[in-house]
Amino acid sequence: MKTHIIFGLTVLVLIAAFMFGSSYYKGKQAEKFGFMAQENASTFVRDHSQILGSDDAKVYLVEFMDPACETCAAFSPFVKQIMDANPGRIKLVIRYAPFHEGADYFVKILEATKKQGKYWETLDTMYKTQRLWTRHHKAIPEKIWPILTQAGVNVEQIRRDMNDPAIAKLIDQDLADAKTLNVRKTPGYFVNGRPLQTFGSKQLLQLVQSEIRAHYPNPN
Amino acid sequence: MTHSNQKPSNLTILFLCWLVAGVSAMGSLFFSYVMGFAPCVLCWYQRIFLFPLVIILAVGLFPFDKNVVKYALPLAIAGWLTALYHNLLYAGIIPESIQPCSQGVSCTEEYIELFGFLSIPMLSLLSFSTITALLIILSRRISK
Repeated sequence: MKTHIIFGLTVLVLIAAFMFGSSYYKGKQAEKFGFMAQENASTFVRDHSQILGSDDAKVYLVEFMDPACETCAAFSPFVKQIMDANPGRIKLVIRYAPFHEGADYFVKILEATKKQGKYWETLDTMYKTQRLWTRHHKAIPEKIWPILTQAGVNVEQIRRDMNDPAIAKLIDQDLADAKTLNVRKTPGYFVNGRPLQTFGSKQLLQLVQSEIRAHYPNPN
Repeated sequence: MTHSNQKPSNLTILFLCWLVAGVSAMGSLFFSYVMGFAPCVLCWYQRIFLFPLVIILAVGLFPFDKNVVKYALPLAIAGWLTALYHNLLYAGIIPESIQPCSQGVSCTEEYIELFGFLSIPMLSLLSFSTITALLIILSRRISK
């Protein structure tokens, strides 16, 4: 009987320690990144990073993404919706974390479309047609070319531009920053340097809204 | 078997054994779900040997069953061997080229180094060593 009680208490202590440990760790992480947001803003936004939204926007929504990541594609319309609901207040910063096999090839294609001014259209096309060029979490390069041609992108030019060593360097930099910021899954969101405590669309919306309230105290 | 108040009872040893397994299992879950470390292939094998130990040892406690050693020890030894291999790989004593985990997370990926020497594979080796040692002590006391 006594053993039962000791055993039961130990189980409870272990579970409590686990829960306390996780909330403590997450608090520490949030503190660390909030601090880094001020000290090392460049870890979140590099000069090469593509930014969507007004220059004056005070809320930076940094997204570490992978063109082959299903959740990134699923979140894309949601992120647009949040931005449309708060015109001029949010800047979307795209950072690369091509964790899927073969995905860096697609980042190179995407970066090459900058020269044609088709970056955001191409990103949109990639997300929308993702299931056509991925198989079992691997990105298959051959399948994207006809899709891009149809989307009105000059494919021949991309094939030339995408091998620019500057693009490879930029991907390495983004991956290094992802590592520094502890991004191990995509999409990895930071709102003004604050990470999501738990992943989800609701949590992302709440975090964005809290930053909007902090930076735009007067409604409209 | 003489019962002495000085020495811990067999039940206590088994309980400690379960505690080590339980804390290790919790710790491994903490690393992957809270700290976000992706487990490598060898870590998975060690977990396969560790997680059942938590259940089997707990079952052996209520009521105390001396046969528990027979079922738990093979798992502990298998886990210990895997952990040993992982540590040799991690330390570079076994070259990476012959390791089985070329895809996904590298088994030599360094996540944490507590106090400068306690890596995750080392923690695993320590816990499997403790569990194995306790089970061997228990089996000797029982067979006396």
